[in-house]
Amino acid sequence: MARKITYQQAINEALDQEMSRDPSVIVMGEDNAGGAGAPGEEDAWGGVLGVTKGLFHKHPGRVLDTPISESGFIGAAVGAACNGLRPVAELMFVDFMGVCLDQIFNQAAKFKYMFGGKAQTPVVIRTMYGAGFRAAAQHSQCLYNVFTHIPGLKVVVPSNPYDAKGLLIQAIRDNDPVIFMEHKVLYTMQGEVPEESYTIPFGEANVLREGDDVTIVAFGRMVNFASEAAAAAQKKGVHCEVIDPRTTSPLDEDTILESVEKTGRLVVVDESNPRCSMASDIAALVAQKAFGALKAPIELVTAPHVPVPFSDALEDLYVPGVARIEAAIMKAKEYK
Amino acid sequence: MSRIYTLTMPKWGLSMKEGKVNGWLRKLGDAVAVGDEIIEVESEKIAGGIESPVAGVLRRQLAKEEDVLPVGGLLGVIADADVPDAEIDAAVDAFNASFVPPSEEGEEAGPGTQTVDVGGRRIRFLKRGSGGEPMVLIHGFGGDLNNWLFNHEALAAGRAVYALDLPGHGESVKEVGDGSLDTLAGVVLGFLDSQGLQAAHLAGHSMGGAVSLAIAGKAPQRVHSLTLICSAGLGEEINAGYIEGFVSAADRRTLKPLLTQLFADESLVTRQLVDDILKYKRLEGVDAALAAISAALFHEGRQKTVLADLPERLGKPVLAIWGEEDRIIPVKHATRVAGEVRVEVLPGKGHMVQMEAANEVNRLIDHFLS
Repeated sequence: MARKITYQQAINEALDQEMSRDPSVIVMGEDNAGGAGAPGEEDAWGGVLGVTKGLFHKHPGRVLDTPISESGFIGAAVGAACNGLRPVAELMFVDFMGVCLDQIFNQAAKFKYMFGGKAQTPVVIRTMYGAGFRAAAQHSQCLYNVFTHIPGLKVVVPSNPYDAKGLLIQAIRDNDPVIFMEHKVLYTMQGEVPEESYTIPFGEANVLREGDDVTIVAFGRMVNFASEAAAAAQKKGVHCEVIDPRTTSPLDEDTILESVEKTGRLVVVDESNPRCSMASDIAALVAQKAFGALKAPIELVTAPHVPVPFSDALEDLYVPGVARIEAAIMKAKEYK
Repeated sequence: MSRIYTLTMPKWGLSMKEGKVNGWLRKLGDAVAVGDEIIEVESEKIAGGIESPVAGVLRRQLAKEEDVLPVGGLLGVIADADVPDAEIDAAVDAFNASFVPPSEEGEEAGPGTQTVDVGGRRIRFLKRGSGGEPMVLIHGFGGDLNNWLFNHEALAAGRAVYALDLPGHGESVKEVGDGSLDTLAGVVLGFLDSQGLQAAHLAGHSMGGAVSLAIAGKAPQRVHSLTLICSAGLGEEINAGYIEGFVSAADRRTLKPLLTQLFADESLVTRQLVDDILKYKRLEGVDAALAAISAALFHEGRQKTVLADLPERLGKPVLAIWGEEDRIIPVKHATRVAGEVRVEVLPGKGHMVQMEAANEVNRLIDHFLS
């Protein structure tokens, strides 16, 4: 039965159902148990924003609090994955990934290659990303593009509760390391989610709206802004196709290229900084493989090339918004 | 009739909140008869024509092509030619003054779907209308109760009408046992028990038709009549490529071309329709359920069970409705039923004839039952 729950509840439910289905699934991270089990901590917090709340008592011994040492516990998760467990490690903010990058991009991502295909690393690293949370430059970056660059990693950027649940279950069952990117502003987003378990395959884009005039490719939270902008453009008679790739690695190139072949116009919306971003990646893909179809220059709607500002007013300007996307749509459509 | 009739945005299915105007099919000032299709509108899921419920003149086209209106919103006005313009304007003003669009977050108007335990299986159903001799609508392979979204409300005008999700389908349990017609028929009979229904008119689409026939075979006393729409169970031939493809399709790219075979008008296969079926197919247990049913019903690309002579043996009246361009089950099966049978073949329509020619199908069923 489908009913409305939040993005955060969808993630919690995916973890709960996979832990029930497969005893090798464990959850670990800073405050993931939240001290549950300790005296006076019956109903503990469960992660910094409470995403893993309630799992400790349902799955005794399988929800682990870790020290504040990403290089230690991410390494432990990667090692456990090589030895038969399916750990889901929570790395609070993606901004902290720097201290454990070796474990991720030089170990987890490479084991299969270095050991002649004999090693599997079915680890999921869940992490929060994104601006709009008044968390300043060190807790607000996107960085999915960084992981997308590294072969051997799969990168998931869910934009809504339904996708979050199905993609997380797929991530847990996947035999390769998966970086699962959760936008902290989306945690409260409501959406219809089936109670049953289900999986969404990686590398299959979601087409949220069909149209013949302009293709919009957007990621994570930006998908929702792109849909709003597309609805506004529709009122002006401009029909947009909105594509959410759902995973940046693997990337569903075919859906993007087929759409641009039809529309001839492309707007990419990416909350990341613009250099070496998904925006520039998609632009290159289309310029290379659908050049003949293009009727207008490709429009990129991204954050500026600066750290996320601490000032509320500046942060609001930093994050790509509906008005900027709509302006890009109209610019592409009206190009002569 | 009241002299002034307001034509409003319909509500097709529980989730519909608004609809888009695809275009007017009749011009302003045209005389229209009861049953004339006047305007085509589109929900997220599907497009369809709206018929005039009255005879009169199309006096106002208030919604324009591409307009998006909430359910219940005013599309146009039909009135007799002699009704003064001022009266029509006043009626429009009065409508607009009192119209409250359904709220975005509001709960569904009227009762929604329910679930009931049938012999340990959770079955989802939707009941509309009350009284009369009850009717049960049974969808086909891979379908669900939403396959009747254009029919349910209309058929429920004079009777209680139940649409259910068979096991393995929609939001019912995904456990189907051996997946045989006998098992599915047993579940529907259990559903009748759960609702306190001694007997019912059965309408089955495709595989649902074969299930209806199996129910009549198991418990003839519980079946008033059979409406078989593009029904399985009447001959061996079936589009095996469709069945196999539907069972194995896992993404939009492979599913969409299959679904277009269900309709004569392929533009009816919207993004949302494909997406809804993908969401269903991803649910845990659906693959196994469809595989089990498919193995039980089909062998080497043919239907295993043919029950065409059953209605005559049991003395049950049958209405067989087919889309002439059905690409799943050949239209020639329409005339295979023996006994007291009325056959209606609708030209230019495909396998999902109850969606593609909803108004016509509703009329045929209503006439058959009365």
